[in-house]
Amino acid sequence: MKVVVCIKQVPDTKGGVKFKPDGTLDRGAMLAIMNPDDKAGLEAALRLKDQYGAEVTVLTMGLPKADAVLREAFAMGADKAILVTDRVLGGADTWATSSTIAGALRNLEYDLIITGRQAIDGDTAQVGPQISEHLHLPVISYAEEIKVDEKARTVEVKRQFEDRYHIVKAKMPCLVTALSELNEPRYMTPGGIFDAFEKEVTVWGRADLKDVDDSNLGLKGSPTQIAKASDKVKKGQGEKVAPDSAEEAVDYIVGKLTEKHVI
Amino acid sequence: MSLEEYKGVFIFAQQVDNELSSIALELLGKAKSLAEDLDEKKVTAVLLGSDVKGLVDKLAEYGADRVIVVDDPALKDYRTEPYTHALASVIDEFKPEILLVGATAIGRDLGPRVSSRVHTGLTADCTSLDIGDFPLEPSPVRETKHKQLLMTRPAFGGNTIATIACPDFRPQMATVRPGVMQKIDPIKGAKAEVVEFNPGFEENDCYTEILKIVKEASSVADIQAAKILVSGGRGVGSAENFKILDDLAEALGGTVSCSRAVVDSGWKPKDLQVGQTGKTVRPQLYFAIGISGAIQHVAGMEESDIIIAINKDENAPIFDVADYGVVGDLNKIVPALTKKIKEALAAKN
Repeated sequence: MKVVVCIKQVPDTKGGVKFKPDGTLDRGAMLAIMNPDDKAGLEAALRLKDQYGAEVTVLTMGLPKADAVLREAFAMGADKAILVTDRVLGGADTWATSSTIAGALRNLEYDLIITGRQAIDGDTAQVGPQISEHLHLPVISYAEEIKVDEKARTVEVKRQFEDRYHIVKAKMPCLVTALSELNEPRYMTPGGIFDAFEKEVTVWGRADLKDVDDSNLGLKGSPTQIAKASDKVKKGQGEKVAPDSAEEAVDYIVGKLTEKHVI
Repeated sequence: MSLEEYKGVFIFAQQVDNELSSIALELLGKAKSLAEDLDEKKVTAVLLGSDVKGLVDKLAEYGADRVIVVDDPALKDYRTEPYTHALASVIDEFKPEILLVGATAIGRDLGPRVSSRVHTGLTADCTSLDIGDFPLEPSPVRETKHKQLLMTRPAFGGNTIATIACPDFRPQMATVRPGVMQKIDPIKGAKAEVVEFNPGFEENDCYTEILKIVKEASSVADIQAAKILVSGGRGVGSAENFKILDDLAEALGGTVSCSRAVVDSGWKPKDLQVGQTGKTVRPQLYFAIGISGAIQHVAGMEESDIIIAINKDENAPIFDVADYGVVGDLNKIVPALTKKIKEALAAKN
């Protein structure tokens, strides 16, 4: 069985977001990590490797420095890694990103493609389902559990909704988007870390993408266009008091609630 | 694609178990105000499901001028492929200028699949929608297009904000975050034009099979509808100690909600979680009690009208968004506050 996991390098927001003095986001001060939902997807794939000997390929689209998340995936146990990088792919929206990744995936054999539900920088959750559409595959989003029946060539997924879950069965090949709740990703192993720097990352550019028109790539191939983007300047500081007693604190709050006609 | 052929604002009227989701009515409210700025003022709801015609009148009362109904057993429970086929076929046939979909667990799957099928752009999780020029300011290098849908969305856990347009493709599609747009006051007895449409459903390899549906007990309150939320975080300390928040909420006629840490600790169900991975709320009053204020939490509540924070850590980031911050021990302050509010309200009546 062959599993491809699509991963993304994102700035880390977990350790706290850093701001510049003017209140805008300081991206340079934040670490780059493997997107959490994608890491859960990779862990799910590695469990299929443990269980069925599946071959796990990780694929990312990004700047050359995204090599780092592929090395991390090697260290966790991935077998192959592909970096799709090219200047002409820059500025892509989700349509152009999914067209690019689909173009790369057309070169590969796969039974199952796993993506994270969403990346913590864009938060769109669109690229997984869009890839599945480009490749005419069934998609199951928001996976909390993934089970594979290798013989029947089907997957069974616990698909989360707001107030329920469905157990959904799909024929392979198919695409599943993983929630970070899916599992607890394993750590890199010392042997794995050693291997990670020995193994070779395959690098693909525009010319390696299969059956994708230029009109679907990069900024020019993006139907959506940014009219305005800004780091949101943090809301102006409100009042903050440190009363000496609970009574004082209560009087302060009740005073505000009365002033605002809440009570 | 001739863009002029595409007319009118459409919304995907999400229903689950033959009950309209709140987001459907919220989208109608927004669609109505967007349509006022366009040439075509008619608002169309697209209703997909099995045996769902009974929902048409409610959509009319909340602002739909026309309802396109695709009623087929294949659409009984949500599955990506038949729903995509239905909605994409409606787009091909009726050519909307704008299509709004809720950013729900259904809409965030359906929206991208449909937008890919019809080859248009999709902007995710919008919190504000307007009609205006693109580019926003006249530009010497590109032609200004008027009456475009300008879609504003937060990214990066709410720390950046972008306004996005889709000038060259139709429909202009957005998923819209639940709880943000306002419903209109229902117009009793309002009727909509009903158009039945069935594109035919033929199983293919993309069809999935639902083996089981498990509803998770959701006897809990709808925190997105609450005017007052009393929200607790890790600092509350235990599931039992939420009692003091329950009491405060009761005194104020509010509802208890919580941060992710509380859900992770198993103290409260996920339905009550505010934040990026929970729900977005904007009540008139939001109490953040024992909540440190991680950006993921703040992203879900910062639009609240009044935010009052109580936290013993004077450096907690929640104080950066709070209108009124109180540094102190919630175990002492909250019960005393409940008592005082009860007294104040009793004195008033």
